[in-house]
Amino acid sequence: MTQATVSAGARSRGFYGEKGKYSGIRGWIFSTDHKRIGLLYLVSMAGFFLLAVTFGVLMRLEMLSPGKTIMEPQTYNTLFTLHGIMMIFLFIIPGLPAVFGNFLLPLLIGARDVFFPRLNLLSWWLFITGGLLALVSVFLPGGAADTGWTFYVPYSIRTNTNVLPALFAAFILGFSSILTGLNFITTIHRMRAPGMGWFRMPLFVWSLYATAWIQVLATPIIGITLLLVALERWFGVGIFDPALGGDPVLYQHLFWIYSHPAVYIMILPGLGVASEILPVFARRTIFGYKFIAFSSVAIAGLGSLVWAHHMFTVGMSYTGMFVFSLLTFLVSIPSAIKIFNWIATLYKGSIVLDVPLLFILSFIVQFSIGGFTGLMLGALAVNIHVQDTYFVVGHFHYVMFGGTGFALFAAIHYWFPKMFGKMYRKGPAVLSWILATLGFNTLYMPFFFLGYMGMPRRYYDYLPEYQSFHVIATVGSWILVLGIIIMIVNLLYALKKGAPALANPWGGKTLEWTVPSPPPTENFATIPVVTTGPYDFSEYEQRPAEHS
Amino acid sequence: MFTGASPFADYVDTTFLLIVGISALVLVGLVVTMIYFIFRYSRKRNPHPSNIEGNVPLEVAWTVIPLVLFMGMFYMGWEGYRKMTDVPEGAIPIKVIARMWSWTFEYPNGLQTDTLYVPVKEPVKLALKSLDVNHSMYIPAFRIKKDAIPNRENVMWFSTPEVQSYDIACAEYCGLRHAYMYTRLVALDATAFDAWYQDRSAKAGKPYTPIGAKAASSP
Repeated sequence: MTQATVSAGARSRGFYGEKGKYSGIRGWIFSTDHKRIGLLYLVSMAGFFLLAVTFGVLMRLEMLSPGKTIMEPQTYNTLFTLHGIMMIFLFIIPGLPAVFGNFLLPLLIGARDVFFPRLNLLSWWLFITGGLLALVSVFLPGGAADTGWTFYVPYSIRTNTNVLPALFAAFILGFSSILTGLNFITTIHRMRAPGMGWFRMPLFVWSLYATAWIQVLATPIIGITLLLVALERWFGVGIFDPALGGDPVLYQHLFWIYSHPAVYIMILPGLGVASEILPVFARRTIFGYKFIAFSSVAIAGLGSLVWAHHMFTVGMSYTGMFVFSLLTFLVSIPSAIKIFNWIATLYKGSIVLDVPLLFILSFIVQFSIGGFTGLMLGALAVNIHVQDTYFVVGHFHYVMFGGTGFALFAAIHYWFPKMFGKMYRKGPAVLSWILATLGFNTLYMPFFFLGYMGMPRRYYDYLPEYQSFHVIATVGSWILVLGIIIMIVNLLYALKKGAPALANPWGGKTLEWTVPSPPPTENFATIPVVTTGPYDFSEYEQRPAEHS
Repeated sequence: MFTGASPFADYVDTTFLLIVGISALVLVGLVVTMIYFIFRYSRKRNPHPSNIEGNVPLEVAWTVIPLVLFMGMFYMGWEGYRKMTDVPEGAIPIKVIARMWSWTFEYPNGLQTDTLYVPVKEPVKLALKSLDVNHSMYIPAFRIKKDAIPNRENVMWFSTPEVQSYDIACAEYCGLRHAYMYTRLVALDATAFDAWYQDRSAKAGKPYTPIGAKAASSP
């Protein structure tokens, strides 16, 4: 521990002790405090995450042997649809921005709250409404949607399952996402502490900023598209339905114009977390601050122009194929720049291997593998072969889970003492890191082999030659789940019995570490004045270590 | 995993393995560097960090070098794709009709089958259509795939290297029995194919006109 003093906030209850208009649960669900809203998101998101993990584990169990293992095909098709919808719309899109963005953005820029606190509460209400609607659709007569999270037309128009409630759930969740984005952009523009110029902002803030712009600009497109599908189902308008002269490929374009940038909504904040954690544990400034900041913006910009690389087999023109493949290769450059800068940040640092850094190291390797397999997918000749196979599923999970998921694990271990004023035990946390990393790679590495061998995705059953890889993957899912369980138990135990956390347990230099843990109601008694960049560790250079 | 079938399989595999090779090299380099830094610059060994803010030549290098490599990969992918779409003249035209959850193949004389028989080494041009939802015709051994979409005709082609049979799968999710939408592609030698084609056409009451090698060489 770097600082010997236990902050006053660890003894008091910080913002938890606030006496507001309401008490009990209403003190939470009607609170406009950004920290309370962040925690509301954390709890609701964690619930959806665990449910979606359960679906994933059940699917892996079904894949243990060819033919029926534990469920019927319709159940399997429903499970992968729900797994996708919940993981994407209810966990990974809101995951980092809504939980950690809400809790930390004002703290990181030296503000007392976000710019529109009531809009912020509305976002959570929309989120929970959408989430519950998605859950309710499972139990309505007709059964849960079985279209996959992509809702491809014409199947989504023809199936008799509850596609409409699921579509409306996604529609409402979209609004939640737009409002959060709007709030963050305004907050970042208007509420930075005096002295915090754009290039003194922590990099997590830069990544939230880039993310927020995609949320605001791209999400309306999916809203409109999903409404069009609903109109199609109700009135038979004939926009997408080929039976009425519509074009099903148009749907795919509109869907991916949002859903590809959405992938960057999911990963950008994760990249921001890595840039936040690395300097603190290397105890030195970040390498290439501006390159990392601008690469976030470049990813957001270029990432909006590559959507049709999800559609290389639909029969596009040569021009389309050429341009979208080329842009796909270009968008990997800013990600590569980030990885190189992160590793260079370790150079001549003074590194302490604590839990958040361990998760970030797994994140860097897994995100790199996700990126490299993305290059293979970007090459047209290879794409034609592995499109719609397990290879794509493996690539996606390496980026989304191995990347964003592990960044989220790192974030929770990094900011847990700040958010709850308690410290978790290191031993079980390290164990959970080992199991999660081992389990994750055992689970998803075989997907690349299966995909290249020709196993299509969304298959309830498979040819016997694929079984050995499926068995390895399923065993991996058990190890991963064990790791996640240990992590959650360790954190819950810390919440109840953990030692009081210091105000600045890691020796971080960003503003959230200058306030007590947990932070008081309005964060800063006096708004701080910023005089240096966010990662100024110059005090440790060339002088005897005063803190050890 | 690497079967070497169809005119594209070798090319696709080479492109793939090349990217895998470069990626593996870079990844190993990154991981080794990372682990080395973590031990070399641990707080015990290196209590005083150096605040290096960046290095522009280095940034330029690790932007330009990947850019060059990526453009090479892009080019290889593009060339391979051109081969896949460049249908040779005289390829035997066969219609593919996809529906939930089966395939039908229609030969030039109207003969319909559920297994795709083709003469070996002859180029075959498939015109894909769907009667209901999106499907995707996938021949893993040949490394090719094309979506079958209602209201749209997509084309793919291949030629078989030897007398053998291969799996055909549906790769685009299409509902309950998506995973069972498999059929076979059977390559026969020219004589065997002609005999099969003549026999099946007669049984189906279709006029017999020779296709394959003979059709391709006739004016």
